[in-house]
Parts: sequence; structure tokens; C-alpha cells
Amino acid sequence: MKPGTYISQPNTSLRLYAVVFMLFIYLPLLILPVFSFNSGLYVRFPLEGFTFNWYLALLNREPVFAALGNSIRVGLTVSILSTVIAVFAAKAIARNRLPGSGPIVGVIMLPLVVPGIIFGVALLVLMSRLGVPLSLYTVTLGHIVVCLPFAIATLLPRFEGFDLSMEEASADLGENGWITFWRITFPIVAPGIVASLLMCFTISFDEFIMAFFLGGTHATLPMYIWGQLRFPTQFPSMLALSSLIILTSFIVIFLSLWIGRIGLPKSAQSGIFK
Amino acid sequence: MISIRNVGKRFGTFQAISDVSIDIQRGEFFSLLGASGCGKTTLLRMIAGFESTSGGQIMIDGQPMADVPPHHRPVNMVFQSYAIFPHLSVRDNIAYGLRKQRLTRSRRYEMVEEMLDLIKLPGYGTRRAYELSGGQRQRVALARALIMRPKALLLDEPLGALDKQLREQMQLELRALQKSVGVTFVLVTHDQEEALTLSDKIAVMAAGRVLQIDTPAGLYETPVSRAVAGFIGHMNFFAGKVSRPTPGSAQIEAEGLGRIEVDAQGLRQAHGAKVVVALRPERLVLGAAPPEAARNVMAGTVLTTAYLGERRQHYVKVDGMAEPVAVSVPNQQRDGQHAVEQGQKVWLTWSDDACVVLDHA
Repeated sequence: MKPGTYISQPNTSLRLYAVVFMLFIYLPLLILPVFSFNSGLYVRFPLEGFTFNWYLALLNREPVFAALGNSIRVGLTVSILSTVIAVFAAKAIARNRLPGSGPIVGVIMLPLVVPGIIFGVALLVLMSRLGVPLSLYTVTLGHIVVCLPFAIATLLPRFEGFDLSMEEASADLGENGWITFWRITFPIVAPGIVASLLMCFTISFDEFIMAFFLGGTHATLPMYIWGQLRFPTQFPSMLALSSLIILTSFIVIFLSLWIGRIGLPKSAQSGIFK
Repeated sequence: MISIRNVGKRFGTFQAISDVSIDIQRGEFFSLLGASGCGKTTLLRMIAGFESTSGGQIMIDGQPMADVPPHHRPVNMVFQSYAIFPHLSVRDNIAYGLRKQRLTRSRRYEMVEEMLDLIKLPGYGTRRAYELSGGQRQRVALARALIMRPKALLLDEPLGALDKQLREQMQLELRALQKSVGVTFVLVTHDQEEALTLSDKIAVMAAGRVLQIDTPAGLYETPVSRAVAGFIGHMNFFAGKVSRPTPGSAQIEAEGLGRIEVDAQGLRQAHGAKVVVALRPERLVLGAAPPEAARNVMAGTVLTTAYLGERRQHYVKVDGMAEPVAVSVPNQQRDGQHAVEQGQKVWLTWSDDACVVLDHA
């Protein structure tokens, strides 16, 4: 007999496939950090020399920090609002025998598959019709639309795996609804909430299309990079900036996936982000 | 102690409970027994306050409970899933309800330790829920409720999730625990054996109604309806008709049994009434030869025999009966000297007081 059980036998071709898959996805991404340390101005091999200058150059640019500030402000607002809305939505979907909850979930998840440009244009038209001036607020609104499906997908398994008799037991032991929420519901759901906050922040932080359509003259970090791409001499610095963004996003997403799984039974660890 | 008066519950068009009245005495071990969907759990949840009543009244210690939310009711519940809080230790689970009592830390600790001793889990205070077995979770759920010193403890199928041996052990422990703490227990179960073993009194429920409230022996020996007789233990039924030739005597002409004499005073049914005569398998005596002097006798042939360890159950085909008659014979000897074979002709006898006469339904 080969080692392993019937379904977990080692499989060389599958492993090879996995390696190729990872290369296909992440090799292009590697270009960014590699050339951000290259002393030459142009993206071409062979590499010329190692330098930190492009990173140091970022420190002296005020617009970078302005855009970073904008991105952080939008990101924080978006993650908090999306998560709060998603908590209520996930709770309603999981708890109430909502008539037609299947289609409702479908509609909520729609922004995942509708191209961002369509939502961007639609919101832009809506805003101009309503006479709302474009600002970071409109960007925030657009980002909430983008983030909500992710937030709900993160939180839904938490609420679906939640045994309602926990809350009843708490009431039975003398605690009212509010205290029950803080002593029972919140601690059990908390890892999902943290995961959702981190996930939404990253998505908003990296998002470009909504920011492009709805930002007006207020640039977020991705828009700033887009703006700078016109200037060839700025390119290596933008590579450096992009590398930093990728690094931060990776760390935050890993944190969010890791925290999101704490205490979940294996069977409930499903959904989009397994 | 707990008084349920004409209580009903309607879910949309479905009448889950209709006109139920039950009185539960202080210190009693009371069971609500019925098949799933009979409304027993709904009734328990109404006592706890998790379901509203659509009519009638529930009183605990003379206090009407209609407007009292669950967290203010003087009863506590052991949930079917146990509902042990997964993010808290065993100690914090048990102490959960003590927050409002404003006890000192050491007093609270003491009370939890007492409870851990009571449920025979000393030293388990720091364990987490996922480190406990099913039986241990059940004990923690018991302790968490009992530490509140409830006027009544409500148990929703607490032993359902345990395997047979553990369940029997927990039944004995539960009974002993109830006697030692003296708290009124209200148990919901679908397991008649469990209800008979544990209870002082049992309410048999079906389709949202109470069929009979009695002691275990009362239910078994003198069921008031065919439904109860059929639900508790095994029962043979014989359709018959009452005749009262003179005011002082009564007889029943029943299929299979023939003409039997019954106590005229004890019989409620009038002359000519259609009845069912119920006879327990263990009240029938099986013989391989015709009895010499027996008033009540029927003859038949053995169809099949089920070997059940401590007894055998023979199914006997009796002339004039569609259903075979079940006869239970204790296995007092090792290889059953009196064992009868399939197809053998046998005679069944019974004493007059073995028959229970029920309304035809």
C-alpha cells in the first residue's frame, strides 16, 4: 500500500500543477519589487545595480503622503461601515427564516461579478443627477458597494455556525438581550468581524476604478500612481510604492484569513475564502 | 408550583398545543412524554419563556408568567444541544448566571467548586467546552442551571445525544441528583423507558394535547385510552362489545378472547358500547397443553418468536384475529425448557384483572 489514505495519496502531477499555478499568478507580481531595487530608470534586463533610492525618493514627496492619508481615511470608513452593515445582513440571512433569502444573497453578492467600471459609471451618473459633488465621500460610497459582498461572505459562516440556543441559554441565566450580545454573540462572532474589517480595508486601499470615477480631484494612492505613470522618470518610484502596497495588502489579507478562521468548526470554514 | 391552565399555541394555521392543563408539584420529577412533534418541547419552551402562549396561562409559584421575559423567570433550562458557551472555560460557564448576584470572587469560586463536586467533575474548572465529552457537557449544562437555584429545572431531551450505556448511567445520576437537591425537574423526552425510570409523574402528549397525567405505574397499568396504552410498552388489543344482562353483572364479547366477565361497577361503558380490551404480553400465560381449569383461555399457533435476552416474545396467531397476539415469557431457565417452536399449537390464559377496557377509538 502507498502511504496516505485513499483520498490523500501523494500525487506528483497535482503538485507540479500547483507550482505552475502559483508561478503563473505571482511571477508577474514579482517584477515590481525586483525593479524597485534596480538603479536603472527602465524596466529591462539585465538589472543594473541595487539601490534604495526610489524608496527614499518617496519620502520627499508630499502628494504621496496626501494620497496615502486619503486612502487610509477612506479605507477605515469603508471597512467599518461595510462591516457594520454586513453584520446585520449576515445575521438576518442566517437567523430569520427570511422568505427568498437565496435570491437576496444573490443580489448582495452581485457586485462580485458585475464589472467595476459599470458600477463606477452608474454611480457617477447617479451622483451627477443628484447634484452630489465628487469627493472622498463618493469614493467611500463606491467602495462600500465593492466591499459588502466580501464582508458578508466573511461573516456569514460565523452566523450560520452560531447555535441559537447559546443566546437562549444566556437569557435563561438571567441576562437581557444587550448583555447577551456582549457576553455571548460578540465574542463568538468577533474573529469574523476583525477579518471583515481587515479585508474591507485592503480592498478599499487597493481599489482603483471607483476612485477614478468618483474621486474628482481627490486622489487615493492607486489614483496617484496612475497619475504619475505619465512621467517616465517617476516610474521606478511608483514601482517602489506599488511594492509597498502589495506587501501591506498581503500581510493584512493573511491576518484577516487567519483571524477569520479562529474557532470555526472545520465544516463551517467554507465560503469564498477557504 | 408550576400551573399550566388551558394553554394553547398556534404557529400560523398549525395548532401546536391545544388546551393543555398541567399541575406540577414542588420537588416533583415530572416528564412530558410524546413522539416528536407532539408539542412537548414547545410547552417546555413556553414555561421557560422562549415561546409565547396563544391562550391560557402559565403560573410559577402563583405568579402569572405572561409578561415575564425569560431572563426574569425563576426557572432554568438544560438545552438539548447543551449550549455550552464555547469561548468560556467550564468555570466561567457555570458561573455565567451569577453576575447579577454581586458575589465576592472567592464566594463565586466556592459555589462553582461545589457544583463541580456535585456533577462529579472536580478539577475540570479550567477546561474548555471542546475538551469535554458529551456526558461531561451535559453535566456542565446541569451545573450551570442548578447554580442559579431555580424553582424548577427544565430539561429538553438532555440524554438524547448520549449512547445507550451512558444514557442509562446518567438516568440514575439524574434521578439521584434531583432527590438530593430537591428541585422540581420538568423533563421532555420521547423515550418512554426514560420517562418511566425517572419520573414521579408523566404527562403523555400527542398532537398538542395531553392524553393522560399519571404515575409511571398508573400509566402502565391503567391507561385511559387506546393511544396511551399503545404508546407505553407493548399492548395487545381486542375489539369487543359490552353487554349488561343484569344491573349487577357485565360481560364483554371480544374477538379472540371470547366472552369475558368484567367488574360491573368499574365499567363506565353502557350496554352495547363498542370497546377495546387491552392485555399486556407479560400478563398472558403460555402453555403447550390445554389448561385444565381456566376460565379465560384462547388457543393459537406460534408464528414467530423474538429472543430479547431476559425474555422471549412469541407472536401467536389466534383464530378470528387479524393481528397476532404477543406473549412475553421470562427466560428463567438457561435454554428455555418451556420454549415453544414455530407452528406449535399453544394455549394462552390470563386472570380477570389483567384486562383493561378502553373506549373504542
